[in-house]
Amino acid sequence: MYNLHNFKPIVIYSIFMIRVHALSKNFNNFTAVDQVSFEVKRGEVLGFLGPNGAGKSTTMKMLTCFIPPSSGTAEICGFSILDNPLQVRAQIGYLPESAPSYDEMMVGEFLNFVAEIRGYGGKELRRRVSIVIEMTALGEVKNQMIETLSKGFRQRTCLAQALLHDPPVLILDEPTDGLDPNQKHEVRSLISSISEERTILISTHILEEVEAVCTRAMIISAGKVVGYGTPDELKSQSLYRNSVKVSVNGADPKQLLKDFNELDFVYSVERLPEKRKDLVTMRLYPQNKESIALKLEQYLFSQQIPIEHFNVSLGRLDEVFRELTTGKQS
Amino acid sequence: MNGFYPIFKRELLAYFRSPVAYVFIIIFLAANAGCTFLLGNFYNSQQASLEIFFLFHPWLYLFLIPAVGMRLWAEERRTGTSELLLTFPVRMTTTVFAKFFAAWFFIGIALLLTFPMILTVHYLGSPDNGPIITGYLGSFLMAGSYLAIASCTSAMTKNQVISFILSVVICLVLVLLGWGVLSDSLNAVFPVWISDFVSQFSFTTHYDAIRRGVVDLRDLIYFISIIIIMLILNVVVLESHKAS
Repeated sequence: MYNLHNFKPIVIYSIFMIRVHALSKNFNNFTAVDQVSFEVKRGEVLGFLGPNGAGKSTTMKMLTCFIPPSSGTAEICGFSILDNPLQVRAQIGYLPESAPSYDEMMVGEFLNFVAEIRGYGGKELRRRVSIVIEMTALGEVKNQMIETLSKGFRQRTCLAQALLHDPPVLILDEPTDGLDPNQKHEVRSLISSISEERTILISTHILEEVEAVCTRAMIISAGKVVGYGTPDELKSQSLYRNSVKVSVNGADPKQLLKDFNELDFVYSVERLPEKRKDLVTMRLYPQNKESIALKLEQYLFSQQIPIEHFNVSLGRLDEVFRELTTGKQS
Repeated sequence: MNGFYPIFKRELLAYFRSPVAYVFIIIFLAANAGCTFLLGNFYNSQQASLEIFFLFHPWLYLFLIPAVGMRLWAEERRTGTSELLLTFPVRMTTTVFAKFFAAWFFIGIALLLTFPMILTVHYLGSPDNGPIITGYLGSFLMAGSYLAIASCTSAMTKNQVISFILSVVICLVLVLLGWGVLSDSLNAVFPVWISDFVSQFSFTTHYDAIRRGVVDLRDLIYFISIIIIMLILNVVVLESHKAS
């Protein structure tokens, strides 16, 4: 029998650390994941987006070999999830959705337990445990029972367990779920700091998180991939791409609307509600989503229109998300 | 068997971290004493032997062992730790056996704590140590079989109560198959070999032989195969749960 713990750290077989081919999962008659394929390179952070029940967790459970796929396959660092589940698991650090851990154990003890399972002992075990405790800032609760911990500390304890063996691939299922804004920020910085030499798959339904940590995002809905690209590429699909919001001081709304509509680079103009009575606020949508900021600025300047605010939108991920996952425009 | 020891250790310690261990040991010892001295009329038997002590074990185990085993998997599934445990690079068979052996070891500790009974019979007379040793062996093996059943039913549900009831029922059937009353009523209708055949599946039939001091390989194989079959079934149940 081979010794699992003798596996050397993976020398890259290909630049793709995660390859997923037509992965599907059916539960009775319900298709949770439908022919999902994607590839993630080393050093990439892929954000896995989708409404609740879209199949994000199910996909992650299949990649960690917790549940078998109904059809299709995937490779993690060159190991097939169907043929080499133990090797796959050895390459992955996994944070399950609810960040489970053993309540009756102390944080340090729990991490020791996981390190032992991962095949470490003696000095090496202590070294690794102290590194992850430092990385996840768990020092102050090291000797505390897990059941007495706050949600943030529990989440970090489970994250620490995923980092113990310095895995080339990290699969994090909603790592910032239930954390306060400061804790979210800490977890995101941690993810960004370790992402360089790793491949990270992170599921979330917090869209700001995608922009904060992900190099690429994939949107899935009802088990199907409906959008894929860098956060900016996804945002470029937005209706608001390159639209400009201008607030003008003391202008006649009707005249302004007419003037703006006559501009050839403007596709349409929308008047927005404004709380301040002396201001008129409008949103100008460009032709073909092109950048119009410069032209508009020159126009406003030449007409000596007194502007209070001038705001260019790169597009709204939430709107793209809604459109892709519901098929409706906001 | 990578990962066996850490899982075994964690599971065993988990018993002592919760009140379960202490409650179980106290009740186990009290019930043993109660059965032996009150129900079994130990003093009236005028015998320096542990026969009466071992006589009640199949009935005691019927409720106590499922109580120990019901949390093995149901708890992991309820709290979601199974998702962690089963995504470590450890074979599921190893995990199942490690958890089982931890619980069995715990029961072994409880059984060893009945040692004052041995001292008592030695104080009262000069007992034959053979049946005492085989009695403990048989009792421990039988406890393992009950536990393997409880472990398997525990994997079937997130609910510990359901797991408990299921394993009590299965164990009860396996105890009753060797019950004299059942054999007599079967004999009244069917040929004798039928009741003999049926009773071969019973805990009591095999346990009775061992506790009388006769260690027959077939009895040992019976208990060990029950354990192995139930634990393999345990793995199958876990796999099928994951698939659905």
